[in-house]
Amino acid sequence: MFSSRLPLGFRLKNGAWGAFLSYSKTTSSKSNSAKAEAKKKSLIKMSSKKAPATAKSVKSSASSQSLGQLSDKTLIQMLDLMIKSRVLEERLIKIYRAGESYFWIGGPGEEAWGVPIGLLANKGQGVKHDFLHLHYRCTPTLIAMGMPMKDSIRLMMNRVTDPSTGGRNFSNHYCIPEMNIAPVTSPIGVQYGIALGTAHAQKRAGAKAISIVTGGDAGTAEGDFASCLIWASRKDNELPMLITVQNNYWGISTSYEGQHGETNIADRARGFNIRSRVVNGNDPVESYIALKEEMDYIRKTGKPSFIEAKVSRLYGHSSASGANLVTSEEDCIKSFSDKLVSKKIITEKEVKAIWSGYEEEALRATEEARGEGSPTSESIWDHVFADNENSDWRKF
Amino acid sequence: MANMAQAIRLALNYSEKNLQLKDVFGQDVGAPLGGVFTATQGLKTSWNTPLDERGIISMAMGIAMAGDRCVAEIQFCDYIFNTIDLLKIAGNTLWCTNGQYNLPMTVMTPVGAGIRGSVYHSHSFDSWASRIQGWKVVMPSTPLDAYGLLLSAIKDPNPVLFLKPKALMRVRGDELIPGEPSDEKELKMRIDAPIGDRSKWKADWPQTTEYLVEIGKGKITRQGEQITVVSWGRHLLLANEIADELKADGVSVEVIDLRSIYPYDWDMIKTSVAKTGRVLIVNEDTEVTNFGEHLIYRVVQELFYQLLARPRLIAGKNVPGIGLHPNLEDATVPQKAEIKSAILEIIEEVP
Repeated sequence: MFSSRLPLGFRLKNGAWGAFLSYSKTTSSKSNSAKAEAKKKSLIKMSSKKAPATAKSVKSSASSQSLGQLSDKTLIQMLDLMIKSRVLEERLIKIYRAGESYFWIGGPGEEAWGVPIGLLANKGQGVKHDFLHLHYRCTPTLIAMGMPMKDSIRLMMNRVTDPSTGGRNFSNHYCIPEMNIAPVTSPIGVQYGIALGTAHAQKRAGAKAISIVTGGDAGTAEGDFASCLIWASRKDNELPMLITVQNNYWGISTSYEGQHGETNIADRARGFNIRSRVVNGNDPVESYIALKEEMDYIRKTGKPSFIEAKVSRLYGHSSASGANLVTSEEDCIKSFSDKLVSKKIITEKEVKAIWSGYEEEALRATEEARGEGSPTSESIWDHVFADNENSDWRKF
Repeated sequence: MANMAQAIRLALNYSEKNLQLKDVFGQDVGAPLGGVFTATQGLKTSWNTPLDERGIISMAMGIAMAGDRCVAEIQFCDYIFNTIDLLKIAGNTLWCTNGQYNLPMTVMTPVGAGIRGSVYHSHSFDSWASRIQGWKVVMPSTPLDAYGLLLSAIKDPNPVLFLKPKALMRVRGDELIPGEPSDEKELKMRIDAPIGDRSKWKADWPQTTEYLVEIGKGKITRQGEQITVVSWGRHLLLANEIADELKADGVSVEVIDLRSIYPYDWDMIKTSVAKTGRVLIVNEDTEVTNFGEHLIYRVVQELFYQLLARPRLIAGKNVPGIGLHPNLEDATVPQKAEIKSAILEIIEEVP
């Protein structure tokens, strides 16, 4: 096992990935972070005027009147899943730090946005269900869709039992065909183009299913993002797509200002006559309501919609930048948890129990995954071609 | 006899009717043009895309991911280079997902010189394509093979790159496609769009039938004893011509049409070279890290002690482009005289 050969911390200082970046969001100036945070809030305030949101189909208690009229059950479910996702990501980071994995990348801090996507998606396989073209900060969405913690840990630890890649790819590079989860790729932005094709097939099938695509703010500089806006909005050929951007204001170490001249990324969608809005992605209620409204709109009209969610990035870009906790940005779980406790929807004790329950589950899953097998050297030739048709030229 | 453009059209029409082909798309692929080489005229499922190669390949990947069959076209391979990472992803998706998502998509694109196409309508892509793992890569040299290879590509569960030698798009073969009218004029009347207003025109498709050329299988187009010439696409026809001319001079040349770049028919090459002891590989992609070098490597590794002469490769010169003036193009891509001389030199070489 990797950890038995290299001492703890070796990879951080000297490993292939540790050497990549010695700086990170955590070590960059706090004033920059605070500035970005202030700007984020200001922009969300501006945008909220354009998109007043209400959810009509959910029951609410008196205590949740100011929480978008979502039911207590939904509110607690969201908090529960957000915590579960965070616990999992923090476990993945610990696995990396223990030398039991080579690299970590993930989405802690983006749970308030990711969880509602997973709860609202029409889950299933084939064109009659939603396709999800996600990027590598999508653990919250998949946890909300029912992915077991252990499957993420297996991926992190390159186990042969990893159901997404069989030990072939990085953490958070999920693939779950049973839920139409398209393979997550390392090249950023490509998912925006590929989603066009599934949306095209869904439109032909006529089942009101949609293609949901997520990505980061930095990835919108790639041409595929522009392709997505162009192809999804062609007159009389509009595609049923929910195009989203998780704007955490960073692209590895490049700040939002270092890349973007536009005020909001959502403004770009408006140029293509795509319905578009900006939400506070640190607020799961606002995110849930906005997502539901836009999904309903897409299913009803067959036309695309765009949401930019302003979120936090709480552990930097990846393990290459240290994966250390950032304290200068809003922690959406703390905010939401405090809110639910203050409104007496849940008690502090119950919240603590959720955390500890999932921490135990994650630890147990890690121990189990650790004992599972590794991919064999011989398996490199598997699945180059479908049905394991020979692809080794030596055997032609 | 159908020309290659007509053969491709017939294959696509057959696939629309019988192989659940749902989309044929690319720049100018739909009405009214039906493709810059007219290979997609009259099809029910063809449509025009934005002028966005990355969008075209992405769209094909998504359609395939959703389980539908499609054929996407990049108008000239010269414009495929900005999609190369998408081609990589299409090729590695099955592998990266440990066998979970296969992408049954066909991408076709015209390749090669021979029409005075200048710098950006003359590139080749066969050697580049051979380095994109997870793809099958085919290249016909006759209309019948174009028909059979395209049907095989569309049926294949993997991504397949169908390279169209553009200089051969108007060249007719000497074998009928099963179900093709024997009268060329009748075929033209029925499936070639008229000049001028096409808004009310509909093709009257002949009932062609299934004819498959297995991907990975070459074809011996000339039997011979003294040397093996392996080629594909446009230069295969040159190799045939040269073999016929040399036969009159008493020189016996065996010609192999490789047809599939990857996977390739090693058994056919090995058997032939073991017999002749001499081999020349001919193609027009650039010469440094040319796919023919891989074939020569393998010949040397597996047949070294049976060789009677050094294996040779004739390919495009390693310059950045193919210039428009005939002097420039002809000096860049392999010419008939050069190939013929090389064959004679190799035959005369004594171990």
